[in-house]
Amino acid sequence: MKQYDLTKNNIIQFKPERVALDAKHVNVFYGEKQSTFDVSMQFPKNRIIAFIGASGSGKSTFLRCLNRMNDDVATVDGQINYEGLNINSSAINVYELRKQIGMVFQQPNPFAKSIKDNLTFALKKHGIKDNKQIDQVVKSSLKKAALYEEVQDSLNKSAMSLSGGQAQRLCIARAITMNPDILLLDEPTSALDPISTKKIEATIKELSEKYTIIMVTHNMQQASRISDYTAFFHMGHLIEYDKTSKIFTNPSEEATEDYITGHFG
Amino acid sequence: MNARRNNKIATGVIIGLVSIVVLILLSLIGYILITGLPDVSFKFLFTESKAFAAGGGIVNQLFNSLYLLVLSLLISIPISMGAGIYLAEYAKPNWLTSTIRTSIEVLSSLPSIVIGLFGYLVLVIKFQLDFSILAGSIALMFLNLPILTRSIEDSINSVSPLQRQAGLSLGLSRWETIKGVIIPEALPGILTGIILSAGRIFGEAAALIYTAGQSAPTMSYTNFNPFSETSFLNPMRPAETLAVHIWKVNTDGITPDADIISSASSAVLIIVILIFNFGARYIGNRVYKKLTGDK
Amino acid sequence: MSEIKNKLLKPSKATKQDRFGRRISVLCIGLIVILVASIIFFIATKGMATFISNHVNPIKFLTGTDWSPSQKMTGALPMIVTSFGVTLLAALIATPFAIAIAIYMTEIANKKGSKFLQPIIELLVGIPSVVYGFVGLTVVVPAVRTLFGGTGFGILAGSIVLFVMVLPTITTLTIDSLNAVPSHYRKASLALGATRWQTIYKVILRAALPGIMTAIVFGMARAFGEALAVQMVIGNSALMPTSLVSPTSTLTSQLTTEVGNTIMGTLPNNALWSLALILLLMSLFFNLVVKYIAKRGQLK
Repeated sequence: MKQYDLTKNNIIQFKPERVALDAKHVNVFYGEKQSTFDVSMQFPKNRIIAFIGASGSGKSTFLRCLNRMNDDVATVDGQINYEGLNINSSAINVYELRKQIGMVFQQPNPFAKSIKDNLTFALKKHGIKDNKQIDQVVKSSLKKAALYEEVQDSLNKSAMSLSGGQAQRLCIARAITMNPDILLLDEPTSALDPISTKKIEATIKELSEKYTIIMVTHNMQQASRISDYTAFFHMGHLIEYDKTSKIFTNPSEEATEDYITGHFG
Repeated sequence: MNARRNNKIATGVIIGLVSIVVLILLSLIGYILITGLPDVSFKFLFTESKAFAAGGGIVNQLFNSLYLLVLSLLISIPISMGAGIYLAEYAKPNWLTSTIRTSIEVLSSLPSIVIGLFGYLVLVIKFQLDFSILAGSIALMFLNLPILTRSIEDSINSVSPLQRQAGLSLGLSRWETIKGVIIPEALPGILTGIILSAGRIFGEAAALIYTAGQSAPTMSYTNFNPFSETSFLNPMRPAETLAVHIWKVNTDGITPDADIISSASSAVLIIVILIFNFGARYIGNRVYKKLTGDK
Repeated sequence: MSEIKNKLLKPSKATKQDRFGRRISVLCIGLIVILVASIIFFIATKGMATFISNHVNPIKFLTGTDWSPSQKMTGALPMIVTSFGVTLLAALIATPFAIAIAIYMTEIANKKGSKFLQPIIELLVGIPSVVYGFVGLTVVVPAVRTLFGGTGFGILAGSIVLFVMVLPTITTLTIDSLNAVPSHYRKASLALGATRWQTIYKVILRAALPGIMTAIVFGMARAFGEALAVQMVIGNSALMPTSLVSPTSTLTSQLTTEVGNTIMGTLPNNALWSLALILLLMSLFFNLVVKYIAKRGQLK
C-alpha cells in the first residue's frame, strides 16, 4: 500500500453553539498497541456524520470511545467534551452518559425476550414504572424506527423471531427509548440485505431531525447517500473531515481521494 | 498391501474393544436392574430399614438423600452463581485469576473422602455440628462448588458478548445486565449443569459417611417443626443416605438380606440418576425453546 | 448547571448496583479460595502431627511395611503400594479401551454409532461409586476367587472395578482431544494415500498425544482418590500385597474403615491423617502434571 503523510489533514470546524460533542487529541491504546492517533473533531447537532475508511483504520474504535464502550478493553486518553464536561473524567457517571449517547451495533443484538420487553427492560430498570408512559414510549420508539406497522400485533412474540433487518430496527428503537441526545451507529447495515438497508437508511435520515447521529460505515455509497459530513480515517489517523459533498467530489487529501476512488480498502 | 492389511486389522481390533466395553456396560446396567428391580416394591420404598433383621425398607434413606440434595443445592447454587459470574464477567487475565482458577481445579480434583474428612474435622468436630444433615450438605457443597462454578461460567461465556454490549449501551449497570440479560439467556446451560451435578450428589457416599453419619434414626413425617428432635425436617439429626446405606449394609455384614437391599437400592439409585440425566436434557431444551420463542 | 450535567456528575442507582454486584461475586469466589486454602491447611497440619507431636520418622513412615498404629507401628508402605498398584493397573487396562472408543466415535462410527455410545458413557459417569463397589463385591470378587484362587479380594478386583470407573473419564477427555485435531490434518494425510489406520496412528494420535496423556492423568487421579468402591473389594487388611489376589488396603480404604475407630489426637488417628495428607499431595501432584503437559503442549 502507498505511504501517505499521516500528519497532513484537513478538518472542518464548527461554531461552538452548533457542537454536540467535541473530541480533542484522542489516543486509544490496546495494551501496547496504539490504534487511534491524536484525533480531534467536532460533531454538529442534528446532523449525520459518517466515518469511512478501510478496516483497521480505527474508525470503530474511535466511535466506541464516544460513549465509553471501550472502558474495559482499551485505554483512552484525550478529552471528549459533552455538555461542557469531559466524559473521560472519572467523575462522570458512565451509565447516565450512555443514556444520553446511545449505541447500535453492527450485528443486530436484541435481547432474548419479547419485542416489548426489549424496549421496556431498560426503562423499567431506570425506574420508570408508569404503564401508560411505558406503552407510549414503546409505540413512539417503534414508530420512529419504522417498525411499528410490522410488529404492532406481535409485541409479545420473542424478538429472536424477527428478521435481521427488523431486529436491527428494533435495536434502533431500543436505543431511542432512552431518549438520547446522540446516537452512535457502528456499521448498522453491514449484516443486512439491500432492502432492509434501504429501510434503515430512511429511518436514520428521519431520526437526524431529532438526534445527532454518528455512524461508521463500510459502504461509501451509504455515506454519500445519507450523511451530511464525512470523516475519513486511515491507519488510526483522521485524515479528512468535511461536508460529504466535498469529500466525495473534491477531497483535499490524496489518501482520501485514493480511498474513495477505490485504490485501496 | 501391508498397509491395507494393517488397516483392516486395526479397525477390527478397535471395533472389538468397543464391543467389549459395550458388553460390559450393558451387562453392568442389566445386572443392577435385573437383580434389583424385582425387589423394589412399594413396601421396600416406604418402610424403615432394619439393622439386624431381613425385610427392611429404605424410606428414611431415600428421604435423607433427597433432603441433603435439596439443602446442599440451596447453599451451593448462590455461591457458585456469584463465583461463576466473577470468573466470566469480572476476572481479568492476571495472576490473581489464575490462582483462583487453579484453586478451583484443585478443589474439583480432591478425592471426595478427603473432602469428607475435612468436613468431619471442621464441621462435625470444630463447629460441633455432629453427624448431621447440615454438616453433610455443607460437605456436599464443597464437592459441588467447583463443578457448578465451572458450568455456570461456561454457560455465561456462551452468551454472545453482543448481549452484554446491548445492556451496557442502554446505560444499565453491569450487574443489571448480567442479572436481567445474560443469566436468563444462559439459563438452559445453567439448569442442565445443576441437574447433572444433582445426579452426582445423589449418589455420593464417601463425603457423607463422616459428615452426615451412618445412622438413620426414626423420625416423624408429620412433625413439621424443623427444630424438633424427631422432625424429618430437623437439619441437626444424623442422616444415612441411600448410597451410604448400600455401603453400610455391605461392609457391616450384619443385615441378613444385605444383598437384596443393596441390589434393590442400587437399582433405585440408578433410576433416579437416569431421571436426572434425562431431566437435565429435557428441561434444558424446553427452557431454550421458550427463550428463543419457537414454542 | 444544566440538568444533564447534574446527572452526569452524580452517582446513580446503577453505580451502586455495580459496586454491590462486584462485591457479591468477589465474596463468592473468595469463599471458594478460602475453602481450598483451609482444606490444604487443616489436612496438612493434622497430617504433620504424626511427625511433629508423635515424633515418627517420616522416612520410616513412608518405607515401613508394618501398619498397626495402636502398637506404634506406622509403616504406610503397604497402602501406598496398593494405591499406586490399583491406580496404575486400572489406567493400564482402561487406556486401550478408552482410546479405541474415542477413535471409534470420532473417526470410524457414523452418527448413529456415536449417538448410541454417547449416552452410555454419560451414564457410566453417573453411576455412584457404591454401586460399582456392590457389583464388584457380588460379581468381580467371586469371579476372581474362582479364576485365580485366594479370597478374591485384592489389587486385581480393585483394579477391575476402577477400570470401569475411570473408563468414562479417560474416554471423554480423549474424545475431546481427538476432536481438537484440525480436520485438514486428516484430509492432508488421506490425500497423500495413507490408509485410515495410518492416518489415525501416525497423524491424529500423535497430534492428540498431550490431550490423551492429560486424560490418562485425570483417570489416574480419579482412581487414586476413589474410596468406597475400592474399599468394598480390596480386603482391608493393612498388609503388603503378596500377589494381585491377596487382601490388602489402599490409602483411601484404610481411611474409610479406620477413621471412625480411632480417637482424635492419638497416634492411630494422626497416622490416618498422614495418609490423608499423602492423598492430598498426590491430588496436587496430578494437578501439576496436567499443568506441565498443557505447558509443553503449548510450546510446540
